[in-house]
Amino acid sequence: MAVATNVWPGQTTRENFPVLNQRVHGKPLVYLDNAATTQKPQVVIDAMNQFYQADNSNIHRGVHELSERSTRHYEEARVKAQAFLNAADWREIVFVRGVTEGINLVAYTFGRRHVNAGDEIVISAMEHHSNIVPWQILCEEKQAVLKIAPINERGELLLDEYEKLLGPRTKLVSMVHVSNALGTVNPVAEITRIGHRHGVPVFIDGAQAVAHMKVDVQAIDCDFYSLSGHKMFGPTGIGVLYGKTELLNKMPPYQGGGDMIRHVSFAKTTYNDLPYKFEAGTPNIAGTIGLGAAIDYINEIGLAHIQAYEHELLGYATEQLEKIAGLRIIGTAREKASVISFVLEGVHPHDVGTILDREGVAVRTGHHCAQPVLEWFGVPATTRASLAFYNTKQDIDALVAGIGKVKEIFG
Amino acid sequence: MLEDLYQEVILDHSKRPRNFHQMPDATRGVEGYNPLCGDKLKLFVKMDGEKVADISFVGAGCAISTASASLMTELVKGKSREEAVAMMERFHDLLTTEKHPADMGKLEVFSGVREFPARVKCATLAWHTLKSALTSESEVVSTE
Repeated sequence: MAVATNVWPGQTTRENFPVLNQRVHGKPLVYLDNAATTQKPQVVIDAMNQFYQADNSNIHRGVHELSERSTRHYEEARVKAQAFLNAADWREIVFVRGVTEGINLVAYTFGRRHVNAGDEIVISAMEHHSNIVPWQILCEEKQAVLKIAPINERGELLLDEYEKLLGPRTKLVSMVHVSNALGTVNPVAEITRIGHRHGVPVFIDGAQAVAHMKVDVQAIDCDFYSLSGHKMFGPTGIGVLYGKTELLNKMPPYQGGGDMIRHVSFAKTTYNDLPYKFEAGTPNIAGTIGLGAAIDYINEIGLAHIQAYEHELLGYATEQLEKIAGLRIIGTAREKASVISFVLEGVHPHDVGTILDREGVAVRTGHHCAQPVLEWFGVPATTRASLAFYNTKQDIDALVAGIGKVKEIFG
Repeated sequence: MLEDLYQEVILDHSKRPRNFHQMPDATRGVEGYNPLCGDKLKLFVKMDGEKVADISFVGAGCAISTASASLMTELVKGKSREEAVAMMERFHDLLTTEKHPADMGKLEVFSGVREFPARVKCATLAWHTLKSALTSESEVVSTE
């Protein structure tokens, strides 16, 4: 179905997002919590409705018309995801629930197979809990060691220190592309090059990157890359794990069940080919189709336009916030995207968040599921404004005015 | 209304919390933790038989949780174990139910929190911690 979209970043794209057109506590909604989840354009909502209203059927099974249609749309989304990440082959695209499941899948399969007692896994100091805890669970089980590459006071990875951690016992590097708590854009191609120099495969967590910049997994040369649909204008509960064919082939299955098998007998079961080996059970078909629609939508606007627009918006926001007395921005990397975390002297982020909410401004407050990095910065929590291409300078002005209100109340 | 949440008394107690110090000779020291926001406090209680002879706290939290802890220490000092637990239950009712318990005294300033469901846990963290200090053996209390 053709739904008109306004495809220039900023004010005009807001019309594509029904949820943005509302008032909260009597004030126009200013949605600055995009790092938590992004809003959905009408085309994504329509694609999912269309599936349930017209095509709903299970995939890869039936010979009937509806099943063929569902299967086709499901597999088309895989090809869209392949092109979106510039993966070499559609078989390298495994649908998962999101990055959390992508990381857990690799920890449970690659990790269980290749990591042994005394081996090491390297992550960075700015990881989200989802890129810490699965490795801790694996390390505990295998008596392996989790090593943490340090960062500097701007929130940038120290590449030299990272490389020093790599050795003969290192089995995997797993690092975030864009930090959800700081906004730091990591040099993922360089991180991967360094890993490979030591013969170590590299996983990149792309949750906060894919909505803001063009990602080319072949150019990065990473071995695994994962994204979450809901952080790129798609539905919740769907995401992608990209993995190089050679590695995926060597990994045992993740979950057992239907669709991931070739032949089952009580004596011996053989597994399906990639990517189905990793997709047990009926998948999130509607979500996958919604993700495909989200990719189409992003492509219509163009990630180059998005990146340029957001860069300017982030610059404006940084400049405006820096003018506020007593406000300290946490995370000042030279390469940043879409996230501004800050603390306000004498006011706890929770109080900032409540007051902003009453002004219609939605931000995230707390530790952003990245407690270790906030501890490093010596703050228990921050207020985080995170941007998408539908935000405008007016949104930033509303944020600044809201902070003014906070200061008024807290005197 | 924001003004109902951030009343003068709450702002005053959040900026200048009372009984805000460690207590080396406390009979119980219990940590309260809200994993949702990272708020942490440590509560010290010195019991004299069934009576709360002294009480203090340290920690970092939002205005609501700090003010709640501060006012709580003022109110329960000198009270019996039983009175303190009853007060906690009335406070909980004030924040989470439609009934508006009478005689809330100074705690009345928290009645506005009910309109901010996301903030109820901030206001009750100190009280949960107190309940644990008075009634159980647990050393760490979580709101989750």
